[in-house]
Amino acid sequence: MTTPDWIGRSHERIGARDRVTGALRYTADLSFDDVLHVKLVQVGGARSAIRKIDRGDALKVPGVECVLIADDLPQPVARFGPAFADRPILATGETKFFGEPVAAVVAKTKDAAEAAAALVQVEAEPLPAVLSIEQALDPASALVQDVSLRPKDPLANSNVLREWTFGWGNPSEAPPDLVIEHDYRFPMVTHFAIEPHVFIAAPDANGVTIWTPTQHVFVLQRVVAAALKWPIAKVRIVAPDPGGGFGGKGWPKFEPLLAVLALRLGRSVRLVLTLEETFQQARRTSARIHAKTGFDREGRIVSQELNTDFLIGAYADIGVRVVSKASYAACGPYRTPHAKVTARALLSHTTPSTAFRGFGTPQASWAVESQLTEAAGLLGIDPVEIRRRNLPRKGEAFIPNDTPADGDWASALASAERALDWHSPLPKNRGRGIALGLKSSSTASASQAIVRLHYDASVSVLSGTSDMGQGARTVLAQIAGKELGASPDRVVITMGDTAIVPYDSSTSASRSTVFMGNAVIKACEQIRRQLQTIAARALGVDESAIEVVPGEVRTPKGAMSYAEAMQVGLGPPRGEIIGVGEERGGGYRPEHPLGGRPEFWEFMCTAVEVEVDPDTGMVDVTRLVLASDVGKALNPQQVETQDEGAATMGVGHSLMEELILDGSGRIVNLGAMDYRIPTIQDIPRELHSVLIENEDGPGPYGAKGAGEGGILGIGGAIGAAVNQAAGVKIRDLPLTPERIWRAIQSARSELP
Amino acid sequence: MSGEKISVRIQVNERPFDLEIPSHHTLLDVLRDDVRLTGTKECCAEGECGACTVLVNGEAVCSCLVLAVELDGQRVTTIEGLISDGALDPLQEAFVSTGAVQCGFCIPGMIVAARQLLASNPNPSRAEIQEGLAGNLCRCGGYSRILDAVVLAANSRR
Repeated sequence: MTTPDWIGRSHERIGARDRVTGALRYTADLSFDDVLHVKLVQVGGARSAIRKIDRGDALKVPGVECVLIADDLPQPVARFGPAFADRPILATGETKFFGEPVAAVVAKTKDAAEAAAALVQVEAEPLPAVLSIEQALDPASALVQDVSLRPKDPLANSNVLREWTFGWGNPSEAPPDLVIEHDYRFPMVTHFAIEPHVFIAAPDANGVTIWTPTQHVFVLQRVVAAALKWPIAKVRIVAPDPGGGFGGKGWPKFEPLLAVLALRLGRSVRLVLTLEETFQQARRTSARIHAKTGFDREGRIVSQELNTDFLIGAYADIGVRVVSKASYAACGPYRTPHAKVTARALLSHTTPSTAFRGFGTPQASWAVESQLTEAAGLLGIDPVEIRRRNLPRKGEAFIPNDTPADGDWASALASAERALDWHSPLPKNRGRGIALGLKSSSTASASQAIVRLHYDASVSVLSGTSDMGQGARTVLAQIAGKELGASPDRVVITMGDTAIVPYDSSTSASRSTVFMGNAVIKACEQIRRQLQTIAARALGVDESAIEVVPGEVRTPKGAMSYAEAMQVGLGPPRGEIIGVGEERGGGYRPEHPLGGRPEFWEFMCTAVEVEVDPDTGMVDVTRLVLASDVGKALNPQQVETQDEGAATMGVGHSLMEELILDGSGRIVNLGAMDYRIPTIQDIPRELHSVLIENEDGPGPYGAKGAGEGGILGIGGAIGAAVNQAAGVKIRDLPLTPERIWRAIQSARSELP
Repeated sequence: MSGEKISVRIQVNERPFDLEIPSHHTLLDVLRDDVRLTGTKECCAEGECGACTVLVNGEAVCSCLVLAVELDGQRVTTIEGLISDGALDPLQEAFVSTGAVQCGFCIPGMIVAARQLLASNPNPSRAEIQEGLAGNLCRCGGYSRILDAVVLAANSRR
């Protein structure tokens, strides 16, 4: 018997049918009897001293059960966070960002909760807020975090939460032929998952259960347990498939508050944020990158000095990790003999910045890729060629003592060059740009999987991964199907319930296919070994006489299917075979600046052609090419659509997206009306996705992770193309029509 | 906000529903909370994202912008109503096969909007599809597979 190979095929997305019929239950679609509705109360600006909260009128609204404020909680108010326990369950003393709640109204109906929330009288005194990188660095500015929260921290009397220096060599030792030095800015942007954030909590016999579309159920379980001072086992997290995550649903937000409310009231409570409220709770880290790059006259990078200042929010969330991880690999996929990266994570009175597709890399890449393009122009070298000259060969340690270049990156560059028709004549008002993106993947992390082979040889996989749109269920079913010779239609993947699935670090960093995929393979290998044992015992032969291959148990007395082997081996009492698998990658290395080497490098070459209307500054992306080095595409359609989606999201931050703050720290363009993301009318006229597959990754069948590549370098590619088309030099994203138009006007006025 | 309740009869997916609803509740509220059809999604609640698109008497509307009490005696079709005799609409099949579906949260509204587009223009150009779906936001994908899906569905209807 031969089993079909499910790998490398674009198997239909599992769950797609439930998504096109409306049958899939997202978190807000879940129905609970007698649920109470929560509405949060906020004050106007970013930073205000809370003088008095009067709940009298709110409590008179029929149906209101309670109005909770920080003073009602055990003091000091419990704080939580994935890296630093710095965020209070409700604002205490003062608010630190626009949208930080000062009270939570709980009522029998949504209407009552909303009406009562509007009646909570908050006496608040606006205080000066830190809203920009410059303000955060100004010693005269207010401190965002109370010094008491930062004991023994030498930086506690500043708004620098952490700073790092990474690098090797000594830039002053190598005099370059050409030095380019500029500042680049990257805007504050929001995830805008179409599903707003939603949280439901209910007391249960063991403790509390929380339903929320989180990407990382075990992070949330740990953080909520710590906030409640409870054992982890008493907190159950159930995560229905998220309606988009992109990092924004990774880290805890209002789950501790909802747990407290559910336990105080002994009832289930539900909080569905509006899109506006969602915007106020998560964003990408904005950045200013100062880049000083030395080149020799052949265009080879001699030295790279970067000062990466990232504006994180009022609480650390996972911002510190975003800054360190992106800055560590900020020099990009280039042979850089001398490198010095000085990075700072700066606190501010703004929305807590968190993980966002690319995890800080798009910010750094925008600067470094723009520097390369500018050098190419000044040295008379083609932008593709200058990148080719600086690319490390496969196996080369382009960052000393770290994971070497693990792909044939030059072939991705050549593919993009070809697919875009890079050297063809350029029509008027058009420009082309190319950029490389390189992201450090998951470092020290762990994925565990349980695979159950049932008596009829159908398969259950229990996995802590979240299927947030990337198609993790489908890929894991393909893997289990291949390993056990089962059609993916006979494989059921259960996810997102800490009471059922074993541990997984996170669904992030494009890690799931590699880490969870390997864990599933190991679990399947265990199942095959057990089949060998039970078949040998039943047939009275030595185990060495039995060979178990996917879907078949080969014995001296002939071949059996898995189901036949289980009937023979387990007999009338029946049973199942359980395999457990674990992948920890290279593991934790305390001496490594990131605590471990990246398991693989996520590499993408992005090439674009744009047309700029010189009269309006409008940009039309005419062609877009994405060439990613993925090792092996287990499901090519899913890999391509991930790349395309990431690139489209990057078109947003390159051309149109930016959260705008007023002087008090309010977000001015809050909501879909005023914050513009790409629509179907903004897509490239032509789009090519190229997958480079050399089966050279650490994941299943040579796979590497994918899904973030498309967003890494697109800023640099679009920026180069716009600058060429319009004859300008803009170093701040997004490249809005106004910004381009102004640059064109100013370039014209400078002409003699 | 106790809200005066008003009696209405609304046809939803060819079934009549007699409802007592507060005058300020939107069609989206009523579909999700009273009729208990949750395929229609809420995102922006201001008519900008298209996630809540349904058909009212065959016309695509954002159900978050319509007060339910205005719909007494009207016909509403939601994503759940596109299945006939257990078979998916060609649009639904096409969205699956082209890989247009990622997280899926925008997809019900997108498909309902596309359904009206094809009803009024059975053979749209790509530019016409782009114009017809410009009010439906997707954040996961690159939209090109959605375009492909609508073209495929249009072709399969012919």
